[in-house]
Amino acid sequence: MEKTLERADTGIALRVAEVQGGHEIRSRLATLGVRPGTVLQVVVRGPLGGPVLVEVDGTRLAIGRGLARKVLLEP
Amino acid sequence: MRLALLGQPNCGKSTIFNAVAGYRSATANFPGTSLSFLSSKVLIEGQAVEIIDLPGAYSLLSQEEIQSRTAQFLEEQEVDVFVNVVDASRLGRSLELTLQLLDLGRPMVLALNMMDEAQRKGIEIDLAQLSGELGIPVIPTIAHHGVGLSELFSTALKIGHDKTAPIPRPLDNEIEQSVSHILPMLKACPCGRSCRAQALMILERAPGALQGATRPGSESEAEETVRRLEKLHGWPGDQVVSGARHALAHLIEDKVSRRPQAKPSRRERLDQALMHPVLGIPILFGILALLFFFVFGVGKHFEGSLSAFFEALASRVASWAPPDTPAGAILKGALTGFSGGLGIVLPFLLPFLVALAALEDTGYLPRMAYLLDGLMHRFGLHGKSVVPLMLGFGCSVPAVMATRILENPRDRRITATLSVLVPCSARTTVILGLVGALLGFGTALIVFAVNLAVILLLGIFMQHSTENRPLGMVLEVPDLRLPSARAVAARTWVALREFLVVAWPALIASSVVLGLLEISRLDAQVNSLLAPVTVTILGLPMAVGLTLVFGVMRKELALMMLIQALGTSDLRRVLTPAQMISFALFTTFYVPCIATLAALWKEIGWKETARVVGITVAVALVVAWLGRVVTGLFWNSLQP
Repeated sequence: MEKTLERADTGIALRVAEVQGGHEIRSRLATLGVRPGTVLQVVVRGPLGGPVLVEVDGTRLAIGRGLARKVLLEP
Repeated sequence: MRLALLGQPNCGKSTIFNAVAGYRSATANFPGTSLSFLSSKVLIEGQAVEIIDLPGAYSLLSQEEIQSRTAQFLEEQEVDVFVNVVDASRLGRSLELTLQLLDLGRPMVLALNMMDEAQRKGIEIDLAQLSGELGIPVIPTIAHHGVGLSELFSTALKIGHDKTAPIPRPLDNEIEQSVSHILPMLKACPCGRSCRAQALMILERAPGALQGATRPGSESEAEETVRRLEKLHGWPGDQVVSGARHALAHLIEDKVSRRPQAKPSRRERLDQALMHPVLGIPILFGILALLFFFVFGVGKHFEGSLSAFFEALASRVASWAPPDTPAGAILKGALTGFSGGLGIVLPFLLPFLVALAALEDTGYLPRMAYLLDGLMHRFGLHGKSVVPLMLGFGCSVPAVMATRILENPRDRRITATLSVLVPCSARTTVILGLVGALLGFGTALIVFAVNLAVILLLGIFMQHSTENRPLGMVLEVPDLRLPSARAVAARTWVALREFLVVAWPALIASSVVLGLLEISRLDAQVNSLLAPVTVTILGLPMAVGLTLVFGVMRKELALMMLIQALGTSDLRRVLTPAQMISFALFTTFYVPCIATLAALWKEIGWKETARVVGITVAVALVVAWLGRVVTGLFWNSLQP
């Protein structure tokens, strides 16, 4: 099974392989720095099935689980 | 001379605007809180300059409505000079927007803001080198403390006069080749967009960029160019271009700055606790509880002595000008309105606004959105909805306007409907001033709990009655910071001014009108018309009818008018606990005030607004009736 941001381990550097979904989803994530090739780190996961908190370029982003599922990571 | 402030969310753009435009706008620590285009005419070095504060945008191609409005503005309006505000502590990412702006080919200055924040993180930036890389002047600023602003604006004026346009930075070879391929195919470009920017937008497959932009017959050739570029890189066009821009921005950052390895500071450890998976939510409720204790504590302290003073003053005036004469009625009405504003609203409103502004300034609101996202999903919404709902505690108007940060129309509609039910400061005043002051703080808390429960139930109901569940949110979590007294004061003042110049005069005027209606006996007719609702369902005295009409103007008015209509500010003598609860609940839920209705109309259309009115009246009647019955049954048995 492919590794997605939703289930990624915390605290290690990960590289984005692909962002699935349409133009809208890709551009929303890309403007905030999440695009293929980006190196990011999962900081922590939000409570009650909440968002994944990731660190990209020294900025922290909260990405909802539904969207995190669309971000595939390099193995 | 027209100057536009541009930058990504949270870069301190609005703070700069406030500093030069003299506190005429609210700064906000949340993506997209500069909701409408704020503009202000100011004199700089003897010259009249129009300064426009555009909403923060991560990219000119953003799909988020509020951000795309910035791009739209740039397309439609002539601007003489851009001031691009960037966060010095996040240079790489900020420069991605800067590179896009350079493509537009307008005179431009870079405000390297938050230099203090960068210094705190140990980041060193070579200003001359950065200016050389970008080909535009770079001015370091600390907007919070007003540092560097006069130099910034005098440089901007100079550049605007000289009309020195920057040279766009080339991206990678394949992209530049594709651009030069497309350029000859283009017709004249829209005024705010250079041909280069138009060509890049076509490569990025921006919706609508290609249609009608090329000469007849070249559309398919342009399409072919985009496809060739995509094949070469193996990625969709938007990612090729944004990826190249990203790489270039970070290359520039690496060249001009040095950043040390970060070790967790005290602030970061605090942040870890605030966003902790287990502790985060209890801390959140703790903070909210503190907020309300603070507001209630301060409010109660002042309210008691002030209202006693005005009560004494009122009886002195009454003996001097009897209230059954026209002059006496006017005087009594005016005094009631004046003392109502000063004695009841202000003591609660002011501490509340200060507390909310401080909370907003620390950057805690996005953290609340993060913590509550999981919970909100159970109501079919996501964490971003928390922000409008939270702002709703201050005032429903900004809350309704803030729903624009939601991408999905369905989320926006549901959130707007729910946010107008959140007790705003005016309604909090009614609840605290009536229930809290007369029946005790605990009872007021129960009223708030009922209020939240109604919002939750309605949210669940609305979720099940619509389809199209939300995908999820992406939200930047800015660094925590200590609230600055300047920003808190500015924000509080903006909200308070609204009360002082609009609501308070309205309060006094309508008190006078009510007094006159009373002596001309017209009030009785309105009241008897409303009796089926006020007396039969709500169990209130008939005299209350008219106050509910005034309550639609401003919710605070309902309580003032109640005092005026019943002829005493010692409401305990004339109302039973059940009546107070019934009145407070009804006032909280029924029709949002006129200002909110106008905001709703603008945001979600008149049909949805009419629906909100219908829903709120129905909810108000049911909840108030229930409240009245339950209180009537249990109140006495609960008292010692």
